[in-house]
Amino acid sequence: MTNPILVFAETQDSKLKKSAIEVISEAKRQSDNLKAEVVAMLIGSGVEPLAKDAASYGAAKVIIIDGPDFKSYTTGAYTQALMAAVEKTKPQAIILSATSNGKDLAGSVAAELKTTAAQDCISLTYDNAFVARKPVYAGKAIITVKIAKQPAVITLRPKVFPASAPDASKSVSTEKLPVALSADSKRVTVKETVAAAKGKVSLTEADIIVSGGRGMKGPENFKILEELAGVVSAAVGASRAAVDSGWRTHDDQVGQTGKTVCPTLYVACGISGAIQHLAGMSSSKYIVAINKDPEAPIFKVANYGVVGDLFEVVPALCKELKK
Amino acid sequence: MNVIVCIKRVPSTETNVRIGSDGKSLDPAGVEYIISPFDEIALEEGLRIKEKAGAGLPAEASAQAGDVTVISFGPAETATTLRTCLAMGADKAVLLKPAAPVNPEPFVVASALAEAIKQMPHNIILCGKQAVDDDNSQVGAMLARLLNIPFVSLITKLEITDNKAVVHREIDGGYEVLETVLPAVLTAQKGLNEPRYPSLKGIMSAKKKPLEENTVTPAAPGLEIIKMEYPPIRPAGRIVGKGVEAVPELVKLLKEEAKVI
Repeated sequence: MTNPILVFAETQDSKLKKSAIEVISEAKRQSDNLKAEVVAMLIGSGVEPLAKDAASYGAAKVIIIDGPDFKSYTTGAYTQALMAAVEKTKPQAIILSATSNGKDLAGSVAAELKTTAAQDCISLTYDNAFVARKPVYAGKAIITVKIAKQPAVITLRPKVFPASAPDASKSVSTEKLPVALSADSKRVTVKETVAAAKGKVSLTEADIIVSGGRGMKGPENFKILEELAGVVSAAVGASRAAVDSGWRTHDDQVGQTGKTVCPTLYVACGISGAIQHLAGMSSSKYIVAINKDPEAPIFKVANYGVVGDLFEVVPALCKELKK
Repeated sequence: MNVIVCIKRVPSTETNVRIGSDGKSLDPAGVEYIISPFDEIALEEGLRIKEKAGAGLPAEASAQAGDVTVISFGPAETATTLRTCLAMGADKAVLLKPAAPVNPEPFVVASALAEAIKQMPHNIILCGKQAVDDDNSQVGAMLARLLNIPFVSLITKLEITDNKAVVHREIDGGYEVLETVLPAVLTAQKGLNEPRYPSLKGIMSAKKKPLEENTVTPAAPGLEIIKMEYPPIRPAGRIVGKGVEAVPELVKLLKEEAKVI
């Protein structure tokens, strides 16, 4: 046996996040080659029951750091917790998901370990050391990096690595690790969590994204995209032009100064396809473009293009899908 | 209130990336460089903090209300980028030039910045949430760790009272309200503000503002870049048809060919 692979299994609403399942699944695939064990760590308040889920995707052991101090994520508290697990398990790699909190925590933990995290990786192999591929310039290029230092700190882009089928028969070995927060770790407190509209699908984890650009002509017209999104359980995104016009909030923006997304299906409505936008969505599996300008660059990357007025095409698409 | 803003010089977001002859990095020929857009938001916030602190005070007291210092780790050319920051309104600039060329990975950058910032008065340190070249989102978190001060990323609102800050932090599907003691490192997300353009007066006065250049020995990198490649080429786009008549065919393709619905 070589040193274990430690996985930060992020939770949300008393469940493992989909991205956490992907990370455990990938860690398990890596560990089989390396003859290592996967140790998952759950940090939070009331997260203990999720240990069996982590085990069903391949964690041989689950470390639980549970308590009211860990109810909400803060970088300081979670760094202290994760470092306690690192001390305990001496991992050869620490793998997290490249979500907002995962990326935040990876940087903090990497600094503790005097190294840099391989952030937002889209593939992972092992050749005497972990070798990862990660997009740069929002996906205009991809670099391959060898992670020389141990433990390696790696975050995996959500929706890229497949989740394994769960095996509920797997037994789970758990260990509760008591962590008393230092005064330093308590310098940041979460006062309030304000959720956006209930049931809003997050862009980075959505399977389908319906996105609107300058061609939407105004904020009120996004309701036709929201309706389409409702029919296919999609998230609604926007181009920088739509965000800068104040039609949508900045957290909806897809592109180089917004979010990089890779859904199964991306439906671009009234988006011409500026290079910054294409960079942020070109790794989508399928792209549909609806635009009245047949010369729009978006058609060059679209698997299926419809040249036409989106105010006619989108409602018709909605109707057809409801059939 | 002394504010430090960390800046990175990056290729413009309009850059068509071409890979250089070493097969590992961007070919810089013809590339226009800018302040990383999120760093620009961080700088704007820093300037607003100073303006607010100095508002209503007599000129002399206002001048003592604190400084906004921009700092960057990068090659000599970064001086131009810092000069633009001074034109926007920063009071002084510090450039940390590596003694030997080094891949500016986050730990290397954060170590150099932390060493320099330790020697400088600071109540608040602002960074962009990520640089738009290597998309690493790590320097801010690392800096906080190396300086042993609190950290909050992705802020979209900031209010300072005494030695505390209340911030909004973007999370999936909403935001959180957090309180942190100062000094702290905060990283700026889009939505925090709209950065100003340098005024003519700002550009003129920037020429006289101090820009200190220091050579530093970089930390050992943890990552080795093996190669850079282009993303896979997407198959050529296909037009299904025109207007609403194309919709039934589109839905059929999505269901039967792509099998995504």
